[in-house]
Formats: sequence, C-alpha cells, structure tokens
Amino acid sequence: MSSCFQTLSDYSLRSIGYGERLLPKADITLCEQFVLIGSGMIWNIYFAVLALLLGFFFATVLALGKNSNLSLFSAPCKLFIFIFRGSPLFIQFFFAYDLFVLLPRLGVDIDLGFLVVTVETRWLTKAWLGALIVLFFNTSAYAGEIFYGALRAVPSQDLESADAFGFTGIKKFRRIIWPTMLRLAWPSYTNEAIFMFHATTLVFFTGFPAWQQKGDAIYYASYFADKTFNPFVPYPIVGFYFILLTLLIIGLFGLINKRLNKHLPTNERKRLRFNKYNLIR
Amino acid sequence: MFSYCVDPKTLEGLMWLSCYVTTAKHMSFYFSFLVVMGLLSLAAPLAMAFGFAGATASRSSFKIIRSVGKGYLAMIRGVPDIVFFLFIPIALDQAFEYLRHKVLCSDVTEPIRQGNDFVVCAAAKLPLNTASEWVHDIYGFSLALLAFGFVFGAFAGNVLSGAMAAVPKSQIETGEAYGFSQSQIFRRILIPQMWIYALPGLSNLWMILIKATPLLFLLGIEDIVYWAKELGGIKTGVYEYPHPDWRAWYFGVLMIFYLSLTYLSQSVLDKISARLSQGQATMAGRAG
Repeated sequence: MSSCFQTLSDYSLRSIGYGERLLPKADITLCEQFVLIGSGMIWNIYFAVLALLLGFFFATVLALGKNSNLSLFSAPCKLFIFIFRGSPLFIQFFFAYDLFVLLPRLGVDIDLGFLVVTVETRWLTKAWLGALIVLFFNTSAYAGEIFYGALRAVPSQDLESADAFGFTGIKKFRRIIWPTMLRLAWPSYTNEAIFMFHATTLVFFTGFPAWQQKGDAIYYASYFADKTFNPFVPYPIVGFYFILLTLLIIGLFGLINKRLNKHLPTNERKRLRFNKYNLIR
Repeated sequence: MFSYCVDPKTLEGLMWLSCYVTTAKHMSFYFSFLVVMGLLSLAAPLAMAFGFAGATASRSSFKIIRSVGKGYLAMIRGVPDIVFFLFIPIALDQAFEYLRHKVLCSDVTEPIRQGNDFVVCAAAKLPLNTASEWVHDIYGFSLALLAFGFVFGAFAGNVLSGAMAAVPKSQIETGEAYGFSQSQIFRRILIPQMWIYALPGLSNLWMILIKATPLLFLLGIEDIVYWAKELGGIKTGVYEYPHPDWRAWYFGVLMIFYLSLTYLSQSVLDKISARLSQGQATMAGRAG
C-alpha cells in the first residue's frame, strides 16, 4: 500500500512533466496503471474544457451567422460548419498539424499593456495549442449547427411579444432569443459536450506528437497494453475514468438545464437524455 | 506507367507530375481508397446484423438473453469508442490464439501468460508464421472489420431498439386481438413499421461510420492515412521523385474525399427520407 503512495507521488503529475521521468517498464502494477492513466486524464480535461468554453461563444456567432439573411454572413458560416462536420476529426488533426509544420517559424509580439507576450508559430505544432485549436473549431461547428437548429425553433410568439414590448437589437437577443435558444439546444449540447471529452482521446494518435511521453489517458493505456501484452487491464481503466467523467458532465449540465427550464411548468420541462448517436467525428 | 517515365530526373512540369502520380506506391494509395469503400460496404451490413441481434435480444422474454442484449447496447455509453477500437482487435486476436492453443497444443503445459508475455505454440499462431503476406493483410482487415461491426452494431442496436419502442402500442395490441403469435407480431407488424422511426438514427450512423473509417490506421492497416503520411513526407535526392514536405496536400486530398462522400450521402439520404415519409402520418408525410 505504501508503494502505491510512492507511485502516486511519482506519477500523478507525470503527464504534465512533474515527478519520475521514466515510465514504468517491468513488473507493472495495477496501481501504476491507475495512477498514470489518471494523470493522462489531465490532458483530456484540459482540451475538452477549454475547447468547450471558447467554442460555446464561437458557436453562438456561427449559428447567428448561418441564420442571417445576408449571404455575406451566412455563406462563410455554412461553409465552416460543413467542413468541420463533414470530415473526420482524425483527418482534421493530421491536416492541421501538417499545415502548422509548414508555417514559417515566427514570433509575434502581443502587447498586453502591462506585459509583452511573444506568440510563436512553433507552438501551433505542439498539442497544447495546435490540437486545442482544431478541437475548438470542431466543437464550434457541431454546437453551431445545434444552436442554429434551436434558433429556428424559437417560437414566433416569443418574438412577437418581444416586439410588442419594444425590445430591439441586442436587448431582444440577450433577453428573449438567446435564453430560449439555449433551453431548446441544451439536451443536444450536453451530448456534444460528452462527445467532445471523448474526442480528446484522438489527439495523441494523430499528427501531434506526445513530447517527452507527456500524453493523455489513452496514450498511457496503449503504452501499458503494448508493454504487458494485456489489453484487459488498461483499457477498462480508461473506460472507468471516462464513465466517471460522463456522469459528472451529465450532473453539471443537468443543473444548468434545471436553471434554464425554471420558469416552465413541470410537465413542459425537457429532461436531459444521453443518446449516443454521433460519437466519432 | 508512361513510356517517358524511365528517367524521372530529366522530366519537368506536368510530365513530371504525370509520372509522379502514377508510381507503384501511388497505385497502392489509390487502392486504399477502395479498401475504405470495401470496409464501408462490409461494415454497414455487419453492424446492422449485430445491432438487430442486440435489439432483439434486449426485448427477449428470457432474462439471461435480455441482460446480455441490454449490456451490449449499454456498453458503448460513456466510454470513448476509440477504446473499443484499440481493445477489440487485440482481445479477439488473443482469444482466437488462446482457443487454438488449447485445441492444437494440448500437450504444452506452460502457462500462456508468462509475466508480461503472451505465449502460444507456433501451430496456434494466427496467421501462421509461414503464411504469405496477403493472409496477414486479410486477417488484420477482418479483425478491424469485426471491431467496426461490433462497435457500430451497438450504436445500431440502440437506434433499432428505440425504433421498435416507437411503433404505436395499439398496432401490437391489434395484432394480439387478431390472434397473432408473438413471433408473428414481431415479423409482420413490428419490423415493417419500425424502419421509418429508425431511418434518422441510421442515416446519422452511416455518416459517423464514414467519418470513423480513418481509424483503420490505428489498427495497423495500410489505409489512406498511412499512404498519405508515407507519400507526403519529405523525399530527399536519393528518391526517384524528390519533393519537400507535401503531407498537408495529401491530407487536403483526404479532406476533400471525405467531404464529397458525406455530401453525396447526405443528399441520397434526404431523398430516401422524403420517399419513405410519403403517405406516413407524420409532419413530413403530410407536407408532401
């Protein structure tokens, strides 16, 4: 048991570069597999949380753009959504990585007023930025389509009442359209969030290399499966972690769903249902 | 390919390109597109068969069969499918070799799992060490195909069991009132009526299946991703056709391939859906 505490301190932050440098090679214990794969989950959570947070806003913009009457706005949004929903995420990763490699190695200074940050293009070839951008675009496209569908489904009476009360422009959007759109889209968006977490497992199997063996959960799981010739332990461990994470997301998004549906009579509230129809993209 | 391709060093421009895109390796690249289409056309019916079996089993009146069916359908919820794609081929491979070892080499007493090794006798190896390369290729492809069938079967099973549940209860009750047996109700009433409910889910599934095909690369198959990486990488002067890093171009071609495939499928599926909803008591049926 004490050796497991030792493993915990050696490997629990291994995926972000702290602790023991060498991965376990011989006599791999169950504890080591649990700790290292759990450490890899840090990356899965990092990618999914940031991509979802940023993607949420971009998706709203895309949905509004696609809904626009001006083809100047709607055409690029439609194209963006089609490209990222119509091709496999797997290929998008490869394509983006190879494009980023071709970019000239530049440093761009960004003046934040109190501090100057040099953004270098070579960061794009690293998973933490390059893969994040791909995931951000991808989730924006999928969520944009979900929000667009919800936007089309906002009841026309709501809009008419808004007009009658003199709501216009941004105020009409923020107070009337947006909350209803979110409420209608939320069950599908919950699924999208779950898929996003699952999609992060592709990062280190595509173009983006795992630098110094700092990888995500499935990177370490396949490492163990290779080393022990026994897939029956590491992959179920990954499965276990992801089921926990999925339950957590459903709980969290369920709370938001409750808040969005607060004003409705109980029988009209939409319940969150996890239906697993589009997973790989 | 062409007669003027004998010495690529002397060629330029379009002539060079025409020779470059017809090399033997490029032919393998083009062939791998056929492999993808082959996988799609084999995996779809296999997944439907798995899914149908799973959905039927989950409605069985025997408790054991029902729980196996329900377990199969629930299996893919919450776990990323890439886990299954990595797990199933190895697990199947080891299961086959284990069984063959037990049958063919029953005189060997050493354990199969020796520490970190999985050891079976030479006769139990799959494919045999002496087998030619195409046997290895076919075996690898079949394992991948089984993995696709298994995972997508679970998806399809969820769609089909949802569709079976969506068939109005009164239809089933009418069948019972006319004295149909349970299997007759299943064959004559439930199955014919469930398709219209299953179609949206199944067409969604088809799109996902298309987008899942590059995962073949993870299973060690020489598919389009493998060849795009292989052909696009930097070729120095020692190669017949030297060129800089062209991987982005090759993956661009793959993007276009997949985009056109999904675009085509979408328009065909829209047509099928419009055709099937004609005369149905749904909103789409009335509008038309």
